[in-house]
Amino acid sequence: MNDVRSTVAAVSRSDWGRIVGGLIRLTGDWALAEDAAQDAFAIALQRWPADGIPNNPAAWLTTTARNRAIDRLRSAASERTRAKEVAIMESLEHGSGQDIEDDRLRLIFTCAHPALPLPARVALTLRTVAGLTVPEIASAFLVPESTMAQRLVRARRKIEEAGIPYRVPPAELLGERLGGVLAVLYLVFNQGYSAVARNELAASAISLAGAVVELMPREDEARGLLALLVLQNSRRDARIGVAGELLTLEEQDRSLWHRDEISHGLALVPPSDGPYAIQAAIAACHARASSAADTDWDEVVGLYDVLLVRSPSPVVELNRAIAIGMRDGPDAGLELLSALTLDGYRWLPAAQADLLLRAGRTSEAVDRFRETIALTTSDLERADLERRLAELES
Amino acid sequence: MEYLFFIATDTEPDAEPERDGEVQAWIEEGARRGIRKQGHRLRPVEDATTVRIRAGDLLVTDGPFAESKEWIAGFDIVECENLDDAIDFASRHPMARAGRIEIRPFWPTET
Repeated sequence: MNDVRSTVAAVSRSDWGRIVGGLIRLTGDWALAEDAAQDAFAIALQRWPADGIPNNPAAWLTTTARNRAIDRLRSAASERTRAKEVAIMESLEHGSGQDIEDDRLRLIFTCAHPALPLPARVALTLRTVAGLTVPEIASAFLVPESTMAQRLVRARRKIEEAGIPYRVPPAELLGERLGGVLAVLYLVFNQGYSAVARNELAASAISLAGAVVELMPREDEARGLLALLVLQNSRRDARIGVAGELLTLEEQDRSLWHRDEISHGLALVPPSDGPYAIQAAIAACHARASSAADTDWDEVVGLYDVLLVRSPSPVVELNRAIAIGMRDGPDAGLELLSALTLDGYRWLPAAQADLLLRAGRTSEAVDRFRETIALTTSDLERADLERRLAELES
Repeated sequence: MEYLFFIATDTEPDAEPERDGEVQAWIEEGARRGIRKQGHRLRPVEDATTVRIRAGDLLVTDGPFAESKEWIAGFDIVECENLDDAIDFASRHPMARAGRIEIRPFWPTET
C-alpha cells in the first residue's frame, strides 16, 4: 500500500499538469479536466493495491482520466447540450495524445494570462499545473477553502466566457507575456520554499521554469529566474534549524548545500542586468563563498546597486544596506537602514538587531529584537527569537 | 467570439495624443479584416439621460448611470477568434493611448 501511495504521489508530481493539460486541449473544459484527473488518481489508489501497479503508471492514469472525462460527459449530457458533448467525446476518443510537453507550457501561459487577477493566476497554476488540492492551496494562502474554491471557479469561468485562448502565445506575443509567467513561477516557488513541507512545489516551479527556458532559450530573464530558483533551492536542507526555525545564510551549515545543484545554477546565470539575472548573480556570490565572511561583499553591493536602478524597492534597499554593513562595517549599514521606512516589515528591525550586535551595542539590539518579535506571525519563529533574546539578556 | 469595446476617456492619458485620421484608419482596418461589425462615437455625458422605474413610477434623471470622472465616449462590436485577438485590435485604437478600452464578451444567444 505504501508503494502504491508513493507511486501515485510521484506520478501526480510529474504528470498531473500533462494529464490535465491534455484533457483541456481535447475538451476545452477546465473543470471537467481537473475532475476527471482527480477521479483517475482516486481510482488508482483504490485498484492498484489489489491489481498491482501498472508497468506505465502515467499512461494508465492518462487513459483512465480520459475515460472518466467521457463518463462524466455522458452522464451530464442532456438533450439540449447533446451535440456539443458528442463533439467533445469524439475528440476525446480520437484526439491526439501527442504534444505532451506543449500541454504543460500551454497550461502555464494560459494560467498566467494578464486578463486574470494575479491571485487567481497563482492559484490556478498550483491547481492545474502543479496538482495541489484546493484545501492545500487555501492553507498556503491562509484563506478559507470556500474562498479559494470560488477564486478557482471564477478564473476557469473567465477563461471560458471571455475567450482566453488555451495556447502558448504566438512568437510576437511571447516576449510581453513572459514577464507574467516568470512572476507566477517565482510566486509558486516561494509558496513552496516558505513552507517547510512543500518542497515539491519548489521543485515543480524549477521544472516549469526549465520548460520555459527550453521554449525561449535566448530570454535572459527566463534563464535568470531558473538560475535563481536552482541556487536558492540548493540550500533547502540547510535553511531550517533543529527547532524548525529559519536560519540566516551566516548560520547555515554550508556542507548541507547541494553542490551539484549549485554547479548547475552557476552555469545558468546569464551575463545580463535584468532583475532576475541580477538576483541570480547575487545568489551565485553566496553559493560560491565557503562562509559569510568569505563572501565577496564588494561584488554583492555592486549587484544590489544595479538592482536598485533596475527595480527599485525598499526591500532591495534593505538588502543592499545589509551587504554594505558586511563590507564596510555595521555602522555604515545601520546608517542606511535608519533612513528606511518599512512599516510592519519584520526584517528591518531584524537586520538592525543583527548589525547592532556586530557593533557590540547589545542593549539597542535587544530593543530591535523585541520589535521583531512583535511583528512575527509564526509561532515557531517567535519562539526562536524569544530564545535568542533570552540568551542576549543573560 | 463577439465582444463589445467600451471606448472610455481616462483622467491620466498617455502623453502622446490621438492624431487626425487615426480612428478612421482603425475603422478601415476592422472593415478590411471583417472583424468590426459596427460602432459609434457618442455625444458627451452632458447629453445623457438615465431612466428607471421604481415602485411603478418612471424616474428620469439627467446624466450617466454612474458618477465618474471617466465616461464612455463610444463603442464598437467586434468578432474575434479569442481574447488575445480582441486585445490586439483594441490596443491599436488611438483611445487605448488617449483613454482606455473595456472589452466585454457578449452573453451567448440561445441557439
